[in-house]
Amino acid sequence: MPVSPDIERSMLNGQELKSQKKREEWVLLGLSLPAIFVIALVVILPVGWLFYLSFVDGHGSFSLEHYQKMVEYKSYARVFIATFKVSALTTLICIVLGYPIAYFLAALPSRWSGIFMLAVLLPFWTSLLVRTYAWLVLLQRKGLLNDLAIQIGLWDSPVKLVHNMTGTLIGMAHIMLPFLVLPLYGAMKKIEPDMMQAASNLGASPVRAFGSIYLPLSISGLAAGSLIVFVLCLGFYVTPAVLGGGRVVMVATQITAILEHQFNWGAASALGVVLLLATVLALYLAGRFFKFDTALFGKR
Amino acid sequence: MSWWTSPATETQISHGDRFWLYVLAAIIMLLLIIPTLIVIPMSFSDSQYLEFPPEQWSLRWYGEYFDSTKWMRATVTSLQVGFLTLLVATPLGTMAAYALFVSGHRFAKIIFMLLITPMIVPVILIAIGVFYAFGRMGLNNSITGLVLAHTAMATPLVMIVITAALRSYDLNQERVARSLGATRIKAFFMVTLPQIKFSVVTAGLLSFLTSFDEVIIAIFVSGGKNATLTKHMFAALRDFIDPTIAAISTIMVGVSTALLLATQFIGRRKK
Repeated sequence: MPVSPDIERSMLNGQELKSQKKREEWVLLGLSLPAIFVIALVVILPVGWLFYLSFVDGHGSFSLEHYQKMVEYKSYARVFIATFKVSALTTLICIVLGYPIAYFLAALPSRWSGIFMLAVLLPFWTSLLVRTYAWLVLLQRKGLLNDLAIQIGLWDSPVKLVHNMTGTLIGMAHIMLPFLVLPLYGAMKKIEPDMMQAASNLGASPVRAFGSIYLPLSISGLAAGSLIVFVLCLGFYVTPAVLGGGRVVMVATQITAILEHQFNWGAASALGVVLLLATVLALYLAGRFFKFDTALFGKR
Repeated sequence: MSWWTSPATETQISHGDRFWLYVLAAIIMLLLIIPTLIVIPMSFSDSQYLEFPPEQWSLRWYGEYFDSTKWMRATVTSLQVGFLTLLVATPLGTMAAYALFVSGHRFAKIIFMLLITPMIVPVILIAIGVFYAFGRMGLNNSITGLVLAHTAMATPLVMIVITAALRSYDLNQERVARSLGATRIKAFFMVTLPQIKFSVVTAGLLSFLTSFDEVIIAIFVSGGKNATLTKHMFAALRDFIDPTIAAISTIMVGVSTALLLATQFIGRRKK
């Protein structure tokens, strides 16, 4: 069937527009090339290299010896258990301390919440090295905390609060708390006050309304925050190294120790790969429960 | 007593009924704030042992800091690397965020995921990987190497800030400009950029701070005369409690607070 010249022209026009759009999409993608280059150079390539090193033995041939050692040696098991324990406990402490303040902040009128929010944001923006140092000073034998506790009669002689698990957990919880509060606050802000009012009007007690309306609606924010904290804890280095005083050996500390003392790149890399896999697994499992997209940018 | 008995929520709970919540929140917030700010009074102590409150006040530890070539050189390095990271990461991240947001290409999502990997991969792994790779390329202990590494860490943050800004911005405005004859580049610089400029500034401040506060990569990759402030601080923390660190910490808290207040101020003006 013959096509009239007009229609033919507009079809050609449409094709041209389509290919122009395609071309433009590619040009736009090209704008992200510099960023891709830097991240490939700093993250993808080096981590890929370590991945390779973890599967190679001292003679340069393929082997699983580094991974075998991890299963066989008891010292590795201790490191994994310590890492999991510190991460899980820190997350738990952050949930217990973070939920009330996020709730408090979300309930405030906006002119007040901005001011009180600084209590969360100021630590968040302060170097974790500074905060770790502050805890080192506060928790030492003659530190403020021991002095205070003895004065009010909590204990009689100075207690060892730092260079052990206690100090590590206190410091980690302090550093991680904002990471839990911020996404949780975001989720709570989105809860419609009308819902609580409706529950109340229908005869629910305040506790019941909280339990069956507020808590379930805030749970996605809580899950996102807890996950961020847990994952960050898994690979944490500075605070356990300083406040743990060598007694709390987590994966990251162990990786540097292997490099410093044995200069064994294969073993260090293998441990790093396991850490990465654990992180990705945690994120994957969590990704099935909530959308990262929403957690990062808010509702679209 | 009107405030005390007035309703605080939609469920007819009065402020008095949940006074316990206010007390609890206040205690937790103090626990957050005090350890962040306690270094300030301690840094003005005259004693070797960091006591609180200090018995005698002095600027002794600031003197130690400003007179030490080691600390001064490290401070200059950190500032330099921070500024360079800001200058590189902000345009890089903004470009990438804009490109991936506007382009409807099916690769856009994959590239976005790729570009935020620095936030997902544990930093310790990046640090040793970069140390190994830079060793091969002769970039260890160099400013260039450190800026590259810190740029990779800061770029995802810039992208998240800018993407969030673009989401709350109406892209049709750019389409209008283009239908009136502006090229895409012109439309971006004249229409879009002025409206997201506060987010760009925030992203820049964030990338400076990311670099300035970064410890782990700096421990591995920086060294010699290009060692950063954080590298020296970490070494000092591991060995003994040097009160000079309190003075340096105070200065760092000052820097972060100034930057934080700047972003808050920007955020308020935006509305």
